[in-house]
Amino acid sequence: MEHKTIKKVDIIFAKDTCNPRELLSKTLQRNPDDIILDIIDSGLKGRGGAGFPTGLKWKFTRNEVSEDKYVICNADEGEPGTFKDREILDQVPEKVFVGMAVCGYVIGAREGYIYLRGEYNFLLRSLNAKLETFNALMKELKFDFHISIRSGSGAYICGEESALFESMEGKRGEPRNKPPYPTRAGYNHKPTAINNVETLVYTTMITRLGPTEFKALGTQDSRGSKVFSVSGDTPIAGIYELELGMPLADFVDSFGDGDTKAVQVGGASGHCVPRKQFRDTIIGFEGIPTGGSMMIFNSSRSMYNVLHDYLEFFTEESCGQCTPCRVGCQQLLKGIEAVKRGERKPDYLEELKKLADTMKVAAKCGLGQSVANPFNSIVNNFREEIIY
Amino acid sequence: MSKTETLVRALVDKHGKSRNSLMPVLQGVVKEERYLSEEAMLEVARELDISAADVFGTASFYTFLDTVPRGSYVIRVCKTIACHMAGKDVVIDALSDMLKIKVGETTVDGKFTLLTANCLGWCHKGPVMLVNDEVFPQITAQKAVEIVEEYARKK
Ligand SMILES: Cc1cc2nc3c(=O)[nH]c(=O)nc-3n(C[C@H](O)[C@H](O)[C@H](O)COP(=O)(O)O)c2cc1C
Ligand code: SF4
Ligand code: FES
Repeated sequence: MEHKTIKKVDIIFAKDTCNPRELLSKTLQRNPDDIILDIIDSGLKGRGGAGFPTGLKWKFTRNEVSEDKYVICNADEGEPGTFKDREILDQVPEKVFVGMAVCGYVIGAREGYIYLRGEYNFLLRSLNAKLETFNALMKELKFDFHISIRSGSGAYICGEESALFESMEGKRGEPRNKPPYPTRAGYNHKPTAINNVETLVYTTMITRLGPTEFKALGTQDSRGSKVFSVSGDTPIAGIYELELGMPLADFVDSFGDGDTKAVQVGGASGHCVPRKQFRDTIIGFEGIPTGGSMMIFNSSRSMYNVLHDYLEFFTEESCGQCTPCRVGCQQLLKGIEAVKRGERKPDYLEELKKLADTMKVAAKCGLGQSVANPFNSIVNNFREEIIY
Repeated sequence: MSKTETLVRALVDKHGKSRNSLMPVLQGVVKEERYLSEEAMLEVARELDISAADVFGTASFYTFLDTVPRGSYVIRVCKTIACHMAGKDVVIDALSDMLKIKVGETTVDGKFTLLTANCLGWCHKGPVMLVNDEVFPQITAQKAVEIVEEYARKK
């Protein structure tokens, strides 16, 4: 296995690296298939959590035959511990717009939408002003593509792509069955390329420089760099762009407060890694993938409280559409409370783990399916803290 | 025409008469009236030509589309883990003391509603709260009270 040490990178937030006019007028001369090949060659995988290869997603959407297709930028960013997309949209929105326009050109879409979580409405005024300029530029370049913003209204589940489409269609944000996948039937049941904010910025960079520079970063399975949202017990909480493939131990050395007991990688729906596993845990698609949330806990923290918070979060944010998740989240929460109060024997935790595993296979979408990640990793590694 | 009817019609004109406009229209009503009254939902249903049950069904799904009256200023304090660790409880207690309401309630003068919210996307700068659309990261109990006092002085 390749081992990387921590390396700070400056691609996403670098200013003056994106002249939309120059970049787009050049790109609009290129053959869309060549652009797709570049993105595939770069090895870029989606930065929203699921890690699907971006080039393939664009290719599949391009291959669909349809009068209407859409580009959507997923800016719903609701995963606890994640706050990088807000910063990207605040600092370098043009890079996101360019990524959307390139995607629109490649797949053959005329409309693009940014689905911005309602909690970020304070960004609307400046984003809309910049979009006006950008849309005017599209017109000037005679490129028939228009971007607008749709707001969310405080529902974590609407970050899940099919729930997001439902929401844009004026419905409850309830995830759909898959397949069909968005590349075939997304917004308005038309072919849709939906990408995370950060993913789109990397496509802009790859469009500008070609795939080589991006490919040189990271590992075989995790090409490139990634923006991390670092919070919790750290003296230097904030947003950092780091090369993928680093061991968690190096991360903790750089960001911990010297007393780190555990790191929650990937937000509430991610995995909790205890100290003894720091050395062997790689941050990347070959190890623990992450949408970028790294939350650090020191030894003063009760992991019972951490798990309790996560389960409350899922109980509230479950859309309630399918039973394994709706009832499962509630029962896991009630279950650990009962164990804590001594109303249930400690081995009841084994039953609860089985329930979490059942949710992994029986729940309809990623929310319910991933509750087992935090649940099992915290219960397995901090069993005493849950019981006593 | 009532104020609400006028508002709904203007919003439907702006966003278009289709089901896809439902969210922006409802959001527009909440922005002006702080919540969706029965009158507003019925009017939206009529204007978009969909059933009132569909409108209520959608509205009731979303935390920010309130269907009960809210104050002019809705305060939402993040209660998720990072803000929990950073001391959201003392912030909530201080606001609750100051406004003499519990979480979920609205002051008698109709000015403030105090709510909690899940992660607001400022975990490195907790505790954090929203007042309507405005965000206030890195607050303390005292700062939060000062901010709300500032709003209290507005009309
Ligand atoms: C419960 C849930 C919440 C999600 N929230 C987000 C989100 O806030 N932002 C995001 O980009 N992707 C989110 N996703 C992933 C999206 O469904 C989708 O995979 C992603 O937007 C694709 O973009 P990417 O390939 O660029 O990562 C979420 C998935 C699930 C299951
Ligand atoms: S897993 Fe949960 S969030 Fe997903 S569809 Fe089922 S109830 Fe809804
Ligand atoms: S946990 Fe409060 S902003 Fe994320």
